[in-house]
Order: sequence, then structure tokens, then C-alpha cells
Amino acid sequence: MAEKEVTLMKGNEAIAHAAIRCGCDGYFGYPITPQSEVLETLAAEKPWETTGMVVLQAESEVASINMVYGGAATGKRVMTSSSSPGISLMQEGISYMAGAELPALIVNVSRGGPGLGTIQPSQADYFQTVKGGGHGDYRLITLAPASVQEMADFVDLAFELAFKYRNPAMILSDGAIGQMMEKVVLPPFKPRRTEEEIARECPWATTGRIGMRKPNIITSLELRSEEMEQNNLRIQAKYRVIEEKEVRFEEYMLEDAEYLIVAFGSAARIAKKVIAIAREQGIKVGLLRPITLWPFPYKRIGELGRQVKGILSLEINAGQMVEDIRLAVECKVPVQWYGRLGGIIPEPEEVVEQIKKMTL
Amino acid sequence: MTHEIIISGFGGQGVLSMGKILAYSGLMEDKEVTWMPAYGPEQRGGTANVTVIVSDEPVSSPILSSYDTAIVLNQPSLEKFESKVKKGGTLIYDGYGINVPPTRKDIHVYRIDAMDKAAEMNMIKVFNMIVLGGFLKIHPIVSIEGVLKALRKTLPERHHHLIPMNEEAIRLGMDIIREQ
Amino acid sequence: MTTEEIIRPENLVYKKPELLNDVPMHYCPGCSHGVVHKLISEVVMEMGMAEKTIAISPVGCAVFAYKYIDVDWQEAAHGRAPALASAVKRLWPDRLVFTYQGDGDLACIGTAETIHALNRGENITIIFINNAIYGMTGGQMAPTTLLGMKTVTCPYGRDPKLHGYPLKMADIAAQLEGTCYVTRQSVQNVASILKAKRAIRKAFEYSMEGKGSNLVEIVSTCNTNWRMSPDKANKWMEENMVPFYPLGDLKDNGK
Repeated sequence: MAEKEVTLMKGNEAIAHAAIRCGCDGYFGYPITPQSEVLETLAAEKPWETTGMVVLQAESEVASINMVYGGAATGKRVMTSSSSPGISLMQEGISYMAGAELPALIVNVSRGGPGLGTIQPSQADYFQTVKGGGHGDYRLITLAPASVQEMADFVDLAFELAFKYRNPAMILSDGAIGQMMEKVVLPPFKPRRTEEEIARECPWATTGRIGMRKPNIITSLELRSEEMEQNNLRIQAKYRVIEEKEVRFEEYMLEDAEYLIVAFGSAARIAKKVIAIAREQGIKVGLLRPITLWPFPYKRIGELGRQVKGILSLEINAGQMVEDIRLAVECKVPVQWYGRLGGIIPEPEEVVEQIKKMTL
Repeated sequence: MTHEIIISGFGGQGVLSMGKILAYSGLMEDKEVTWMPAYGPEQRGGTANVTVIVSDEPVSSPILSSYDTAIVLNQPSLEKFESKVKKGGTLIYDGYGINVPPTRKDIHVYRIDAMDKAAEMNMIKVFNMIVLGGFLKIHPIVSIEGVLKALRKTLPERHHHLIPMNEEAIRLGMDIIREQ
Repeated sequence: MTTEEIIRPENLVYKKPELLNDVPMHYCPGCSHGVVHKLISEVVMEMGMAEKTIAISPVGCAVFAYKYIDVDWQEAAHGRAPALASAVKRLWPDRLVFTYQGDGDLACIGTAETIHALNRGENITIIFINNAIYGMTGGQMAPTTLLGMKTVTCPYGRDPKLHGYPLKMADIAAQLEGTCYVTRQSVQNVASILKAKRAIRKAFEYSMEGKGSNLVEIVSTCNTNWRMSPDKANKWMEENMVPFYPLGDLKDNGK
């Protein structure tokens, strides 16, 4: 496949191809609908014969995330992908990685819950992703792609952010973005890092004591409370820097907007259609699409809260991000939620009706 | 130009691959395309459907509640999607196994007896391409050349000898589609 | 001889392995862990692998193994060490990769990770300390606790009707196609310590030669939670543990 070629593929396939191209060293995963094409594509592409990337089907999501922990602890670019129930199983490992400050990529092509739920798309893992999920005070850098192109682009971006801050990063997608096919230009090939490059960039990595340097130890354990508090404070300080520097969002038709839709991922795609229909009917609506769900664009939404008459949080869940929007605008403007549950994706016309109600 | 299409039928009728070839053909002609399947166990024998959007502009919502064209290949699909065709839009259905034909008067209804024709001509493998041909006759949103280019691109080399049969199927579909 | 003379290098007859550092161990006096740590340190050094070893510690008494043996360590979540080791070895095939796990970690919460890593034939070694009890959390029943043996969660003795039967992990491992070498050893006297060291060396060598996965079970004591003196614990182990967990090689496909 030539490098700049435009091709048509599923979001899940784009994740796999992008991983191979961005110097990923290892993928560890377990099949679950609707993301199995990630592992299937990697298995078909056989990157171990070309870039040397390791691909392994693990015995469970628990094993997958711990393989990622092990690989990340050696400074390698490693990743896993799963869907909601599998991501729940991974929460232990994610918490350990946050505690041990390990960079890695976790992709959640989410589906409707709770429990086994449905295999249809959902954004109901917002809380799990940005408010914790696992135990302890930690945060996950979270990118929310809204197109197949962004599925491809965010793989490298997530790795870059993960390594920059020594923190796990998540791509929070959903079954719609994972399963749909769109045009995509895959990122250019970037070689996997050499052993020397890893030693230089990750002096903390447990690669063996080359040159009999001091042993490196990767652990999240510290039984002395004073020390553990210091570890926590250091991690919290890192989170404040991420919140300061890494907020990403897209603005759409906001200049004259009197009403604001805030939506991420596939809901933001629906929102653009809603805006087109609403504007035909003379309602000036705009969109703020958070690209990073954590760090969340509180500041920008706060500013927009002073410009518009009302905000609609459009989510494919029972109303989760709406809480962060209310925090952002400090109750200075009405904030409503609209969404559908159980794997049903809201149709543009029903959202337009909600917008109309807000204008009354 | 934006054309929003739903293709629906039984699993195994080639609904998803027909959508894929249509989307790929759009890509070949530098259009924006989105292919959004109803995925899951439906693929394995129940009803399957896929939304294909071909546009000159970036595609917003991949999920729609109304369509410019509905291509329905069985009775349940007809029942589900007849009402979702936009006023003035197009409904194409294969007559095979349809007991209750469409009734709407505010849309253009076309019938294509692709299943019967495919069986008669021993072309069951390319049944979906006959249907695609019928659609392209009504709405030439991509050219036959674009479709053939897409086939060359998506079919593995060892199946390239089947491309002439696919072309024949498309032309056959163009011939046999009839407005009701 | 004066003290000065005694400590001259030429008079040295025995010393602590170089990789075993001076940090005071938290293990109880009489515990088997210290001996096994020493053996691992010696074997890694003798194989010239000190610069290329990546070790994985468990949750359990050996959670702090990384404080005592000076190689690179990863501390795993409870039971997950074989998953970490699988990834590390695949990503770094020329490294010596081993896990160090207890019975609760390996044979209970991490059974799936253990069996699947072994069955995939990962070129790693699993060192399995089996003392039939949970040490770190204070003497609860383990999957390997013997029938009739008393612990704080089976205070009237392990009853198969209530608690099921003790699990023979090495026997299971020996049945798996992916394992190269499965052995059961002990470290209660000089002869057994020397045999255990040879077994660890063999397992490490097989893993470096890419022959498959290796399990070295060490039938051990926990005199504190067994409520015995170290000496009595050793005797109790020989009389009760060894008949149920017989010592020796269960499988050696590496020859």
C-alpha cells in the first residue's frame, strides 16, 4: 500500500494499520464484538514479519492488559483494544499502570451496558474512562475519535502523549466508529525504536541492567504512607500539567451560535447533521466537540456558556458528560441532556426536536 | 450532491458487499463516502442492512432516520424502510418473495426482479450487482467505470476473472429495472 | 587467625552472591524465600545474565523480591506475573525472563495466566514457592493447603466437602504441550538446596535456548503461619508436604 493513498476501511481496521505504521512494538488482545477486527487485521497483516511488531491473542482481557503492563514497563510501545465488558475487566491493570506511571494505549470500541448489554454502539463508558474506572486517584488521557481518519491519527498521538507524560492513554470510540467504513489516509511508516533509543528515552524502563546500571524497578506499591502521599502528589502535579497543556477540541459553526451542542465521537457526527437541519429552520446552533475527554475543555465551554442561550449535551448514554458541562458553565446557562440508550443511536430529527424545545 | 442510501435484505444476499462496492466506487471518483452496517448476529442469516452515503461534502451523521433511496430485498426490509424514504425519494425492491408490495404514492417505486433473473441466467453469485446496476440506472451517482475500478481494487487478484461477469450483471440490472 | 587475616580475599570460602544486596529482608527467620533468592542470584550471575535479566515479582510475601535481588524487576498485580513475563519475553527475546510466585498468586488467582503462559510455551521460567498457605495476608487457606491442615480460614482443618482439594499445579503443568521442564524441589537442607539450584539453572538455560516454558516448584515452609519452629517446619514439610507433592523432575524435554 503506497503511503499517501486514500483507502476505504473500518475504524477498527484503521486502528490496526495505524499501529503497524506508527512503530508499535506489541499488541495484546482478546476477541469481543464490536472491535475484533483490530486483532483480526493485525493477524492478517503479519507485522511480525515486516516491522517486527508482536501480536498475541491473550487468554482474557485481564491477561491482555497485564501483558501491556509488562511490555510498557520495558519502554516498548504496546497496546490493547477491547469493548466495554472487556475494558471493565482491564480496570485493575489500568490502575496499576497509572500507579506505576507506564505509557500504553488502550482502545475501547464501546458498546451498550450495563453487564453483557448489547453489541450496538454506546458512549456509556464516559464515566468509567474519565472519572476513574479502576481504584485510586488517577486519570487516563482520553481521545475521542469521530471518524475513521481520527481512529488512524489518534493511535500515534495517544502513544506520543502517553510517553510524554508516562501515563496510559485511551482511545474511547464506539461500535459505530469501529464498524463504519470511511475514507482514510494512513499515517506514514515510522520505524520501531531501537534498544538504544528506548534506553535513552525511557531510562526508567526494565530492560535489563545494561552496563550494570542501577536496577530499575516498576511498581505501584509503597507501604509507607508518607512516601505514598508523595507519589500521589507527584502524579497529581503531572495531571495538572496535562490539564493545562493537552486540552483538544473542535469548534463548528460557533460564531453566531445562540445554542450550543456539546458532543463527542459519533454523537458529534450526528450533531453536525442536527445543526444543518436546525439552521435551515432558522435556529442558530453550533457544536463544541471535545477531542480530549480528559483533560476536558472546561474553560472553552465556560466561555461559550456566556455566549449562548442554552446548551444541549448530546450523548449516547443516560447523561454523563452533561455533568462536566454543568461544572464548566457553573449554572450560568441552562444545560440539558439528550441521548438514547441500549445501543440505539439518536436520529438527527429527534435531536432537532430537543433543540426546538430549548428555544421555547 | 449528497445521496443517502439504505440497502437491506437477508444475510447472505450480499447486502453489505454491495454497499461496500458502491462506497468504494464513490471513493474512486473522489467523493466522500460512509458505509455503516447494522452489525452483529444479524449478519448470520437474519436481516442485514447498511447505510451508504455518497457526497461531494464531508459526511456528517453516518446514522440516518430517512433516506434518498431504500433498496429492499425482502418483505421485512420493505416493511421497515418504506416509510423512511424521503418524500420524492426512491424505493427499489426485488419482487422475489414480496407478498405485500409498497403502497406509497409520494415516492418513486421501482421493481427489479434480480433474484429471478439471476437464477435464470445462472448468475446468483452476482445477484447483488444486478441490483446495483438497477440503482445506478435510476441514480448514476457513480459510473460503471468507477464500479469496475472499485472491483479491481477490492477483489483479490485470483477473483479478477469474475469482473466481466460483474459488469454484465450491472448492465443486466440497468435493463430490467422498471418503475411501478 | 586474626579478623584481618580471616577477611582477606584468599581466605574467602563462602560469600553472599553479588546480586543479593544488603537490604535487610522482611522474611521471617526460617523462611524458604531467602534461600531461593540466594539461588536465583547465584544462577543469574553464573550464567552471565545480570545485565539481561528481567524479573517479575508477585503479590504475596515475595512482593518485595525486587528490593533484595539487584536485577530489573516489574511488580505485577496479583496472579498476573506470567502475563507480564509473556509480553516481556516476546518483546525482548534475548533476555532472561522469570516470574517468582507463591501458591495463592500462581495456583489460585493467577491460574489462568499461569496455565496459558505455560501452554503457549513462552520461553520463560516460573519459580513457584509452594508453602501451602497465604503468608503475607496472615495464614489463610491456599489452593495447595493439605487436607486436614489448619489455617485461619479453615481453623478446623481443610475439609474437602467444604474447601475442595489441594491443587497439584506441577502435575497439571507437566501435561501441557508448551512446557519443557517441570520439576518439584525443596530447600530444607544442603543436598536439596544444591539440587534446587541445578534445577533453576536448567530451567533458565532451557528458557534462553527457546525450548519452551519451565516451572520450578519449590515445596517450602511457612513456619510463622504454620505456628512451628523453623526446624520443626522443615520436618513437618518432609513428613506431610513431600508425600503429597513428591520431589523430582515431572518432565524434562530439554535434554
